[in-house]
Amino acid sequence: MHPAPSLIAFTTLSGLGFGLMAWLGLGFPDVTGWVAFVFYLIAFALAGVGLLASTLHLGHPERALKAFTQWRSSWLSREAWLAVATMIVTGLYALGLVFADTRIAPLGWLSTALALVTVYATSMIYAQLKTVPRWNHWSTPLIFVAHAVAGGAILSGQVQLGAFLVLLLGLGQLWTWQTGDTRLAASGTSMGTATGLGDRGAVRAFEPPHTGTNYLLTEMVHVVARRHANKLRLIAFGLMTALPWIILFLLPFHHILAGLAVISHIAGALIGRWLFFAQAEHVVGFYYGKR
Amino acid sequence: MTTLPTHTEKKLGLVIDLDTCVGCHACVTACKGWNTENYGAPLADTDAYGGDPVGSFLNRVHSFEVQPETGPAQLVHFPKSCLHCDDAPCVTVCPTGASYKRVEDGIVLVNESDCIGCGLCAWACPYGAREMDPSEKVMKKCTLCVDRIYNENLPEIDREPACVRTCPTGARHFGDLADPESAVSQLVAARGGMDLMPEQGTTPVNKYLPPRPKDQPTDILAPLLDVTEEVPGGFLGWLDKTLEKLG
Repeated sequence: MHPAPSLIAFTTLSGLGFGLMAWLGLGFPDVTGWVAFVFYLIAFALAGVGLLASTLHLGHPERALKAFTQWRSSWLSREAWLAVATMIVTGLYALGLVFADTRIAPLGWLSTALALVTVYATSMIYAQLKTVPRWNHWSTPLIFVAHAVAGGAILSGQVQLGAFLVLLLGLGQLWTWQTGDTRLAASGTSMGTATGLGDRGAVRAFEPPHTGTNYLLTEMVHVVARRHANKLRLIAFGLMTALPWIILFLLPFHHILAGLAVISHIAGALIGRWLFFAQAEHVVGFYYGKR
Repeated sequence: MTTLPTHTEKKLGLVIDLDTCVGCHACVTACKGWNTENYGAPLADTDAYGGDPVGSFLNRVHSFEVQPETGPAQLVHFPKSCLHCDDAPCVTVCPTGASYKRVEDGIVLVNESDCIGCGLCAWACPYGAREMDPSEKVMKKCTLCVDRIYNENLPEIDREPACVRTCPTGARHFGDLADPESAVSQLVAARGGMDLMPEQGTTPVNKYLPPRPKDQPTDILAPLLDVTEEVPGGFLGWLDKTLEKLG
């Protein structure tokens, strides 16, 4: 799939923002006043920039509000509703913390729950697609939520817990990459089933329908830089997990170092999300003898 | 509503004969022509006369080679457009309700004024039947020429999809696949019509008729093309014989 920058920014940044909201909703850290204001500013900025980025992906962003209508059937529509609901509930909870020094605990718990369900809905936009076997698996929502929880933990200043969670996330990510590599072959879809000619012999794409490229190829048969995938996985793991873990777990705590851990983690998560899209194979590629 | 209807009164669709199709692309051109001049946003081409032409099409013809374990390879021309699936995944993913399946005839359509151009329906389609128009930025797909098949301003003979009307070999058939008595249903039953990617669970309405088995390969020119020993004369002939004698 084409790794559109708008979608990478959307999923990564909104996931981090909602992850931070999830921790703040539980009172980690237990802050009020100006400190709470800064934490919530970061959370809302991440979630807001992510959601705005997602509208850049649209051909007609001026009609984006129509996306709220089909929540009964569409995960994309549900995601839109949940994101707005999370922001409203979290906003009310944050108002209490920032301006009244009051923690309305149940509202915080609701904020946490909504934030996590929003990230789950984001992941289901991708996980629901049978056409992309790498995504069509329970590990996709798990890894999206794990990203939000681990990223939110280190953003909210959880040192030991954050170190543990980024490690867990990294191991889960390695496992997801590894098992994802076999899922297209295991899906049962092949050039044989795509053409219905598979029981007659070996099917080969002889001539494509067009001499140039088209929307299908640029959008769904993106193969650019896939050959660097292994190197990029290592870099993503190093930045997302290894470096933050070393900083948070092995080195003595320092605010500048912790900031470095956060930046490193976000950079690694962005590279990982690039791979999430770039490495995903859509079954339409079979019609072109590509994957 | 982008929930699918539980039942459609008719299942209008195409039956495509892979045995008969010669890969002339006339259906592609007829489709592009009709659907550029009529219903919905025109099918754009960008850089049409330049070095990198790209355009949206609702129908495309692939060509595949099938190599059986024994015998000669077979070339199969393979037109592909929307299969108007009963369980169309492109419809349920749509966040705006622009994408829908009609209860009366089962045609899957896009309401272009509601389409936000997110592209998720194209991702959900395993067949590559939907393409985002490069100029209008709305999703384009086969309408089964909904503006022809019911159009009483057209002579009756023309009230079928443009691709079917134009096909010079009669490789494309249009009709109601829910009616077992219809010509298309009979054709599917007689020829063993098949679904594409049945494992994707989309239950397509359109069917493909598999190529008929090939006759035993008989190469009528073979005896005439037998390689005859050419015996050189002169010095080369002497050299050839001498070397032969040396063993």
